[in-house]
Amino acid sequence: MADSSAMTLIETKTLGTAAASIEFTSIPQTFTDLVVLVSGRSTRSDVRDEIQTQFNGDTASNYTLRTLRGSGSAVISQSVSFTALVRADMPAATSTANTFSNISYYIPNYTSAVAKSLSIESVMENNATESFLYLVAGLWNNTAAITSIFMKPEVANFAIGSVFSLYGITKGTDGTTVVS
Amino acid sequence: MTDTPTKVVVNCADGSSQYIPLSAEEIAQRDADRLAWEAQEADRLAAEAEKEELTKSANAKLAALGLTADEIAALTN
Repeated sequence: MADSSAMTLIETKTLGTAAASIEFTSIPQTFTDLVVLVSGRSTRSDVRDEIQTQFNGDTASNYTLRTLRGSGSAVISQSVSFTALVRADMPAATSTANTFSNISYYIPNYTSAVAKSLSIESVMENNATESFLYLVAGLWNNTAAITSIFMKPEVANFAIGSVFSLYGITKGTDGTTVVS
Repeated sequence: MTDTPTKVVVNCADGSSQYIPLSAEEIAQRDADRLAWEAQEADRLAAEAEKEELTKSANAKLAALGLTADEIAALTN
């Protein structure tokens, strides 16, 4: 049975060419939660770029976030409402060469018929004082089941070597024992 | 001449993935989204800067009343 493990890789993509966006489509509706892991870098001529994420092609202002940010010199909290989930930082062209972000999205109950709350953790690598991490409590104010996930850098392209992995979480199982 | 940006579409139903050039409409939307976000961020940064100036002004007035830095910090933090 395909869903027997607790955390199942649905699809993964390593970019062999810089890309303006990536989208996972036809996401199976058979899991309990989704996890997206991103090892990303941007081609932007800057220290950082951030990933903007949308579900089901929804480009309306249905995404709200409460964020905690560390910049290397300060910690601040922010409230954001926008047309995409934001605040997932990745290194860009002027940050330390060949470094990539560690970003995880946890999306519980993605097939439910209520608004979707989720969390994002992101850390970008930079061998300097200025580097960013974010903790995000997010909400997609839409009751549709999530069937696609779209991600794009705010400014430039995802760099070659960026990796995007989509996992399905099956609750109540450790891979061998299913709790019912 | 610059290359047309591409998008990657990963189909979870069959595991296929494609690099597809963005259409003119998609490029325009991408630029519009970026400008909208930059405008929103500019507003937020301006509000933060204004708040910081107000904090400095308030602290200066408290100091002028004779409060020590520790006393001001106890009031405002």
